[in-house]
Amino acid sequence: MKFKDYYAILGVERGASEEDIKKAYRRLARKYHPDVSKEPQAEARFKEMGEAYATLKDPEKRAAYDQLGQQRPGEEFRPPPEWSTQFGEGAGGFDEMDLADLFAGLTGRRARSGRGGPAPAMRGQDYEVTAPITLEDAFHGTHLSLDLTTTEFDEQGTPKRVPHIIKARIPKGATEGQTLRLPGQGGKGIGGGPSGDIYLHISLRPHRLYRASGHDLFLDLPLTPWEAGLGASVEVPTLAGLVNLRVPPGTRTGQQLRLTGRGLPKPGGGAGDLYAIAQIVMPPELSERQRGLLKELAAESTFNPRQHFH
Amino acid sequence: MTGEYSDALWPDERQRMPLRALAEVSGLTEDELLQLVDCGALAPSSESSGQHTFSAVSITIARTARRLRDDFELEPHSVAVLLAYLDRIRELEAQLRALQARLPR
Repeated sequence: MKFKDYYAILGVERGASEEDIKKAYRRLARKYHPDVSKEPQAEARFKEMGEAYATLKDPEKRAAYDQLGQQRPGEEFRPPPEWSTQFGEGAGGFDEMDLADLFAGLTGRRARSGRGGPAPAMRGQDYEVTAPITLEDAFHGTHLSLDLTTTEFDEQGTPKRVPHIIKARIPKGATEGQTLRLPGQGGKGIGGGPSGDIYLHISLRPHRLYRASGHDLFLDLPLTPWEAGLGASVEVPTLAGLVNLRVPPGTRTGQQLRLTGRGLPKPGGGAGDLYAIAQIVMPPELSERQRGLLKELAAESTFNPRQHFH
Repeated sequence: MTGEYSDALWPDERQRMPLRALAEVSGLTEDELLQLVDCGALAPSSESSGQHTFSAVSITIARTARRLRDDFELEPHSVAVLLAYLDRIRELEAQLRALQARLPR
């Protein structure tokens, strides 16, 4: 079992009062709670501090934790042998347990000693998982394998962490911020209760060409000045392959040219649109002849794009 | 939980669940859910024979409420205020994403 320094995780001294521990937890929770935080690794940090707080706020668990002494975080250690009956009631020893399981086991033991008899039927735990997918995945649908560690309970109610690989078929049309459900794939129920669910929060990975907004896609479309001025037919990549887009004469930078139904498919049918945003680009170098032609155009044109300045 | 791939399902927009079922999937008590309804944080989709029923959207809201209650040790009124702010943040983030998507790189 690996040691975790719960005091260091919460940033408090080992002799901190209950009030100081609560304050430290609340300050950190405000910063790292996954529902409100944009900090990188917020979810993992919050899980760690929740685990630390669950142990240190409970006087009995804190006293037991303090008995372990101070060790280096991550260092392997074995709890005192007599703890196997106190905490886990002989459920296969400590080898498969995490430090959090050890102290969660204490809660289970207290609940059982107060209640007596078999555990009542309880629904298994639900889990929330972020599922990052590409735009291609969202367009075609995809298969995902995600690592998830669940907490399962044996007949004595002793918790144990069990690693799983969640295999999910994601339907086409999932986009940023949507939540899908895998029914019955969460934690196992207790005492004959049903299994929990897994909630998959879809997050779209950045794409080298497209930007998504709902089911619409946006693509920068570089055009030469003469394509924009004279009009042209250009090839544009879509998630379904190349299509020809007619650029009308006199197209301006920033103008959005819509390709109807070429965005992401929608769950109920239909699809979003793809918008090609015109960007007029000058060649990096001009030959003498090209410069001459531009000078000729400048002499010929009376167009003043800055007329509104005056 | 290994082996075959399972279908990830969209929330069923037509689904309606009674208060007790929402309490079971969210981890909140029925009383806490009713307090959230009173605060306006949860909107029942209908009330038949004096009983509230809730849509699938309520599951996400109630589950978030349970996390906030547990993790910040809050009572229902504070949870309701926080839910309103989170909703506003999500709305603004969606608007920001929509605007950023329209900006050339």
